[in-house]
Amino acid sequence: MATHTGRLTDARPAIRTVGLVRRFGDRDVLKKLDLTVAQGEFTALLGRSGSGKSTLLRAVARLDHTVEGSGELSVPDRVSLSFQDSRLLPWLRVLDNVVLGLRGPGARERGLTALAEVGLEGRDRSWPHELSGGEQQRAALARALVRDPELLLADEPFGALDALTRLKMHGLLRELYERHRPAVLLVTHDVDEAVELADRVLVLEDGLISVDLRIDLPSPRSRREPRFQEYRDTLLAALGVAQPRLSH
Amino acid sequence: MTDLLAKAHTAGARTEQGRRAGPDATNKTRPDGSAPVARGTRRRLGPGRALPFGRLIGPVLLVAVWWAASASGHLDPRILSSPGTVLSTAADLLSTGRLQDNVLISLQRAGLGLFFGVTAGVVLAVAAGLSRSGEYLLDGPLQIKRAIPSLAMLPLLILWLGIGEQMKVTVIALGVAVNMYINTYASLTGIDSRYVELAEGLDLGRAQFIRKVVVPGSLPGFFVGLRLGVTSSWLGLIVVEQINATSGIGYMMFQAQQYAQSDVIIVGLVAYGIFGFASDAAVRAIERKVLSWRRTLAG
Repeated sequence: MATHTGRLTDARPAIRTVGLVRRFGDRDVLKKLDLTVAQGEFTALLGRSGSGKSTLLRAVARLDHTVEGSGELSVPDRVSLSFQDSRLLPWLRVLDNVVLGLRGPGARERGLTALAEVGLEGRDRSWPHELSGGEQQRAALARALVRDPELLLADEPFGALDALTRLKMHGLLRELYERHRPAVLLVTHDVDEAVELADRVLVLEDGLISVDLRIDLPSPRSRREPRFQEYRDTLLAALGVAQPRLSH
Repeated sequence: MTDLLAKAHTAGARTEQGRRAGPDATNKTRPDGSAPVARGTRRRLGPGRALPFGRLIGPVLLVAVWWAASASGHLDPRILSSPGTVLSTAADLLSTGRLQDNVLISLQRAGLGLFFGVTAGVVLAVAAGLSRSGEYLLDGPLQIKRAIPSLAMLPLLILWLGIGEQMKVTVIALGVAVNMYINTYASLTGIDSRYVELAEGLDLGRAQFIRKVVVPGSLPGFFVGLRLGVTSSWLGLIVVEQINATSGIGYMMFQAQQYAQSDVIIVGLVAYGIFGFASDAAVRAIERKVLSWRRTLAG
């Protein structure tokens, strides 16, 4: 914790939006949304489909060239993105994918280090199609991390993985986060994933943030802990999913 | 000739039948009378194991039939010379240097046409694929040109350029350029928009975007265009060499037709065949090497 207190006291937040509006046709998907994410804060963004999660993420990533909108948005210089698909270029070897667009000397060494960090040591010369789905997603994570991001934006990065691989990837992401401490905005539809990984969970509803919940659980987190269940129930209720009360 | 082929067919069918009957017969007669148990692997529906150089069987058989028909006198040498005559004629043409001279001229025409055609096609495809104004200005005319065979432009091109080398190379280049353009452009505009988004997310510059995403992404179409372009360059060559040419393989064959030398015509056809086959094989070899990242059925 001591290593990142300096960055936390820095006044500038990692994400700040004021009155953010994004419009598709005559439908406002984001309605004057205000959001501040502090540096080094791990935030998960939940919401039903169509609630505007991806629109918000794409706005923060500044990838929405053609979308109409207004409002203020400030983000750091170094922002990394990861997508639901690993989005590795099939014609570049794994290491070339990781260091794609990286400038400066020692790019390849940094790429190799990042690959080792995600457990893909020795796979730098492989083609993407030679990796399993989980390994491809690890390579994508290495590509995001090698840029030393101040902000990591992740759009359902584990959505396409099988359940076992997903659990392993949760551990890896949390571990990498503890080590590098970027601010994280993780879009997901999985409540358990949000409570397990994030320190703060937001629920987006109808273009506005309806729930802003701090998760105060010790790390590593156990899904069997009673407070885990409480957070989970609160969030599920906010998402409009009725929970059958089995005990208490 | 047909007799021979028919005999070969029935013979093949008979052995095939015999082989298939074998295991069936043994399966039915079980000495201990127990119920039949599935043995070994299932019935194969695919084509089965490949013979080494099996593809050569067809051409070799064709030449053998040709040779047999000539030797037995069934084939009139005025209609088609025997393989032996064709070989000795080829040797004569080689020793006088006539074949080499004509082949060189033809290769030069096809090569120049291919070079200019590929260059023009790729430049046009990149211009149309990467900018809206390029698309609006270029794609329409080129799609219209696609509907007009390059050889149909011949009268106009002769009117403009005369009957010299310039016209010949231009006709070949036109055909190649359209093939290159259509396929490279289709592949280029078909690049997954998610890769474009990735490049934007990684803050790639324009030059790097072209080098790392656009070029490799459109290479599969480029190679399809190149293979079609190579074929079309030979096709164009054959046509232009029969119009007021004074050299080249086509000219050599055209002259031979007037003197009823079917052996010389065959030598010309074989030369065209060898160049067509060799150039296609070369393009495929390069394609396999360059596109080694692709995982396809061909392996």
